[in-house]
Amino acid sequence: MSGLPPYASTGQRTWYYTFRVICGLIFFFLIAPIVVVIPLSFNAQDFFTFTPEMLRLDPEGYSLKHYRNFFSDSGWQAALWNSVRIAPVATILSVSLGTLAAIGLSQDHVPARRAIMAILISPMIVPLIISAAGMYFFFSRIGLQGSYWGVVLAHAALGIPFVIITVTATLVGFDRSLTRAAANMGADPVTTFFRVQMPLILPGVISGALFAFITSFDEVVVVLFVGSAGQKTLPWQMFLGLREQISPTILAVATILVVVSIALLTTVELLRRRSERLRGMSPS
Amino acid sequence: MSDMTDTGPVLAADGTPLKRSLARALRRQKLRALMLIAPLLLFILISFILPVGDMLYRSVKNDIVSKTLPNTVVALESWDANSGDLPEEAVFAAMATDLKSAAAAKIHTKVGGRLNYENPGISSLFRKTGRKAKKFDLEAETVWKDELIKINKGWGDTDVWRTIQTYSSPITAGYFLNAIDMRVGPDGPEARPEEEQIYMKLLKRTLWMSMMITVSCILLAYPVAWILANLPARKANLLMILVLLPFWTSLLVRTSAWKILLQQQGVINDILVWLHIVPDDARLVIINNQFGTIVAMTHILLPFMILPMYSVMQTIPVSYLRAAKSLGATDWTAFWRVYFPQTIPGIGAGSILVFILAIGYYITPALVGGTKGTFISNQIAFHISTSLNWGLAAALGAILLAVVLVLYWAYDRIVGIDNVKLG
Repeated sequence: MSGLPPYASTGQRTWYYTFRVICGLIFFFLIAPIVVVIPLSFNAQDFFTFTPEMLRLDPEGYSLKHYRNFFSDSGWQAALWNSVRIAPVATILSVSLGTLAAIGLSQDHVPARRAIMAILISPMIVPLIISAAGMYFFFSRIGLQGSYWGVVLAHAALGIPFVIITVTATLVGFDRSLTRAAANMGADPVTTFFRVQMPLILPGVISGALFAFITSFDEVVVVLFVGSAGQKTLPWQMFLGLREQISPTILAVATILVVVSIALLTTVELLRRRSERLRGMSPS
Repeated sequence: MSDMTDTGPVLAADGTPLKRSLARALRRQKLRALMLIAPLLLFILISFILPVGDMLYRSVKNDIVSKTLPNTVVALESWDANSGDLPEEAVFAAMATDLKSAAAAKIHTKVGGRLNYENPGISSLFRKTGRKAKKFDLEAETVWKDELIKINKGWGDTDVWRTIQTYSSPITAGYFLNAIDMRVGPDGPEARPEEEQIYMKLLKRTLWMSMMITVSCILLAYPVAWILANLPARKANLLMILVLLPFWTSLLVRTSAWKILLQQQGVINDILVWLHIVPDDARLVIINNQFGTIVAMTHILLPFMILPMYSVMQTIPVSYLRAAKSLGATDWTAFWRVYFPQTIPGIGAGSILVFILAIGYYITPALVGGTKGTFISNQIAFHISTSLNWGLAAALGAILLAVVLVLYWAYDRIVGIDNVKLG
């Protein structure tokens, strides 16, 4: 569909442009809600809509007060600190275990491969409320409920499917003769892994890690049940804010999170291209 | 030269038969693969599968009655609930004994609370009798039948005894019956009265709304996936960012964005008023109802539909469409008879994924759904954290999980679980 052919009829022309407009509207639907949040977060008033001053682009209508509030409020700061403390540890756990398992799964002759895969992916499929309830009951029985490690373990379990999926996808194109060559030249399996295999699958591992990180950083249902007030994370604080009295500080937090996700998205895209180049595929 | 006619087994370099040597190598390889997988599998089993299984067991577990009232449960065994008579004196005496020790351990209200789920009113009966039970003199010559009925005439009701008898076994189907709007009546399971039937309605609503969300996702994703698959790579990559950015943006951010957009004093209503489409005093109610939930969740799940559709459409050669047209097909026939059938795998994969994710949603319906737009997950959360009827929550969860697992199995058969695409 590279442009309209010169012989297109009027009907075809009309449809061609109508179709483009429809697609444009859908893209608008996808992106507008996220974009709208950004200017609103600079609102000088405590409103959730554009004030007349903002529409006139009057500097009076804009301010950084919601950001100041976010950085000075102890509740929000505690929540931010908790999120920053929990997500990286959960990520490290799921990436280290997940990468090993993905390498195991990519070998030939793995017994019950399909069943194992289905079990490992299940945390992504099982409704969060069921996982949350199960972990709540089970963790309170073994004394992990309401503890830092309880939340970390729960989030690590939720992040694992993403690591498995991204790392196995990278391993599909992995040339096994490279490890054989390394072994042939006298490298032991550990050296082979860290010096030959790891650098090649690293892009997949990192993008898996970013997925696991965002899963934990963004997770609210499980932490609501497994955590206690001491583990209140950023999404939890946002959830409370949205449910009880909605304060415009949420818009500032949302904008910051959008910036974080743009950074993550860019990193993942760059990694994907690098990975495809390393494996000799043409970048799509 | 070795003797080529020797029919003995082929030997490996170390002298063992090659067949055995190969089998050993294969076994070692399998073992090594399993050793790599084992830590994670163990981790998932302990931190995920076990907790979920443990919760599901709560949907049938019912040892509280037999543990708190052990003597009564034994004495009641021979009583025929359908005779219309009250149980005999021995049962009442056993109940007095059990109540006294239960009240001393302060657990009589728990069993009352448990039985209250099945027969409203029993909770207060146990609470009130329990207060007096501490002073019961079990040695004295008391006719416990009259004594208990004197304390509370609830003990003279055969229904109460039937409930205790029905729920005295350590495993019960009661929670599941409850979850499908039924209860154990005098003649076995029966439907609850019309006004008490809430869960089946809720389940149907959850399924129906998930279906609506899936259909709107298909309708919106199809054109987008098409244009992404057919544009030159450079442009397509740019547009892809518009799909992936929402995918990477926090769920809470997107939900709050919709909350702000859809409010009565929100951006959408403001624009409509400003354009004079809607008068200021009749702003649209588009939040805290089903509409709000469907719009917000369609937006949130749309990338999960676009990505599998896109990856299928990318593999369809453009020449097929050209061939169809050169053979005389109109644009519509070429699309409908040639292109569309080839995209069905993508539609199927996306639909199952979106439906599975939608049916278990909790956060978005809780925030923009009001009372009319909530899902079954919200009811499960309510029973866990507010009403504390954990057995019912587990039964509802088990039903939801069963639906999801059937779809998961279908997805695995159709698409293959290792073919999930993430960006």
